[in-house]
Amino acid sequence: MDSKKTNPSSENSFGKSLKDFFEEVTLLTLFTIRFFRELIKPPYEFNEFLKQSYLIGYKSLPLIAITGFIMGLVLTIQSRPTLAQFGAESWLPAMVAVSIIREIGPVVTALIFAGKVGSGIGAELASMKVTEQIDAMEVSGINPFKYLVVTRILSATFMLPILVIISDVISLYGAYIGVNLQGDVNFNLFIVKIFDKLVFTDIFPAVIKTFFFGFVVALLGCYKGYNSSKGTEGVAIAANTSVVYASLMIFILDMIAVQITSLFI
Amino acid sequence: MEEIIVADISHLKKSFGDNDILKDISFKIKQGENLAVFGKSGSGKSVLIKCLVGLIEPDDGEVVLLDSDVSKLNYDELNVLRKKIGFLFQSAALYDSMTVRENLEFPLRDLKSKPQQEIDELVLEALTNVGLAEAIDKMPSELSGGMRKRVGLARTLILKPEIILYDEPTTGLDPITSQEISQLILDIQKKYNTASIIITHDIECARIAANRIIMIKDGTSIAEGTFEELSQSKDDFVRSFFNIKPSHEKSIG
Repeated sequence: MDSKKTNPSSENSFGKSLKDFFEEVTLLTLFTIRFFRELIKPPYEFNEFLKQSYLIGYKSLPLIAITGFIMGLVLTIQSRPTLAQFGAESWLPAMVAVSIIREIGPVVTALIFAGKVGSGIGAELASMKVTEQIDAMEVSGINPFKYLVVTRILSATFMLPILVIISDVISLYGAYIGVNLQGDVNFNLFIVKIFDKLVFTDIFPAVIKTFFFGFVVALLGCYKGYNSSKGTEGVAIAANTSVVYASLMIFILDMIAVQITSLFI
Repeated sequence: MEEIIVADISHLKKSFGDNDILKDISFKIKQGENLAVFGKSGSGKSVLIKCLVGLIEPDDGEVVLLDSDVSKLNYDELNVLRKKIGFLFQSAALYDSMTVRENLEFPLRDLKSKPQQEIDELVLEALTNVGLAEAIDKMPSELSGGMRKRVGLARTLILKPEIILYDEPTTGLDPITSQEISQLILDIQKKYNTASIIITHDIECARIAANRIIMIKDGTSIAEGTFEELSQSKDDFVRSFFNIKPSHEKSIG
C-alpha cells in the first residue's frame, strides 16, 4: 500500500478549515475597518459611551480588585523562598513590583476582563441579534453598529488601562501584606524599594499595550455577537468564542509588545 | 380623488443558496390601505417585508416606497426613509435593557432639540393609543406576550409612519388578544390614514384588518382580492386557508 496516499476527506476538511479561516479573517478585517469609519463619522453616541464605560469599567472593578490583591499576595508568598535561598529577600518588593507592573498585572487583568466583558458583550449582542433587537434598531433608522459596537469597543479600550493601573496598585498592596506576613517592612520603605528599581520603561509600555488588549477584547466580543447565527446556540457560541479568541489575542499581542519594548531597553 | 401609491413592488426575487424563496412578487399599496399577505409558514412572507426595508437585499426586482427606490439609496438615505416606515416584529423586538418609556423614546433620539415635555407627551400618546399607558415604567420582561406586541406597536407608531409593516402580529397570542390586536391595526389605519402590509396566516386578523389580501405560494403571488372574494375562490389552496374543503372533496361528499 502506498504510504504517501492521503485520505481525500481529510484533505477536503483541511481545505475547508483553511478557507473558513481566511474568510473569518477577511470579515473581521472589514468589521474593524467599519469600526474606524463609524468612529469618525457623526453623530457621536456620547451618552451610550459613558453608560458603557460605567458598565464595562466601574462594574468590573470589584472582580479586578479582588484578583489583583490575591495576585500580589500569592506572588510575594511564592517568590520569598527562592529569593531567601540566595539571601536576596530584600529584593522581594522590587522583584514583585516589576513582575506585576510589567507583565502579570496587564495580562492577568486583561484575561479576567476578557472573561467578564468579552463574553458579556458577545452574549448580549448575540441575544439582541436572535431576538431581532438589532434589526429593530436598523428599521428605526438608527445605526446599530454605531450605537452598540463603536461605543462598546471605545469604552473597553479606555477602561482596561484604568482597571490595570488600579489592579497594579491593589496588587502592590497585596504584595506589601505578603511581605509583612513573614517580615517587618514599613510601608514607606516598601514604596522606596519598589520605585528604586521601577523605571519609566517598565510602566509606559505596560500601560500602552493594555489599550490594545481592551480594544481586541471588545472587538472580538462585538464581532462574534453582531454576526452570530440565529438561535440560542449562537448566543452560547458567541460568548464562548469571544473569550477564547480574545485570550489568545492577548497573548499574541503581549508577545509582540515585549519584542517591540525590548528594542528600546 | 386621485389614489396615492405609497408602495410599488415589482418582480421581487430572493434566493438563499439553491432555495428560491421569492420567485416573482409584485403588488402596489395605496395610501390608507391595509394589505394582508397570506401564505404558509416558510413561504417567504417575512423575507418579503424584510426586503422592503432593506434588512435583506433582494436578488432582483424593484421596491419603491414613498417614491424612493430602496435599492438606489445609500445607508444614510435609507435610514431617513426608514423613519417614515414602521415595522412591528413578530417577537415585538423590545429592547430588553430598557423600560417601556425608554423603548418608545429610542426612535426619537434624532429629535434631541425637542423639549423633554414634548417627548413625554408623544410617548404617552403612543401608549394610550394601544391602551397601555400604565405600563410606561415597566421592563419588557414584566409584560405578557400581548402587552409586548402592543408596546412594539406603540414604538412603531411614535414616529407617525406613513407605512406600517406587521410581521405576524397575532402569532402566539390567544384568540381574544389576537382579535384586540387586529382591531388595533384597523383603528390605527383609520386614525392615521396609514398604509399597512400585514404578514399573517391568521384568517381572522385578515378579515378584521385587511382591505385586500394577496396569497403567496412557492414564492409567487397566486391570488389577490378582498376577503369576501378570496373566501369564494375556486382554487383549492386558497379555499384550504379559509377552512373550506377543496372543491373535489365537496363534490364527492
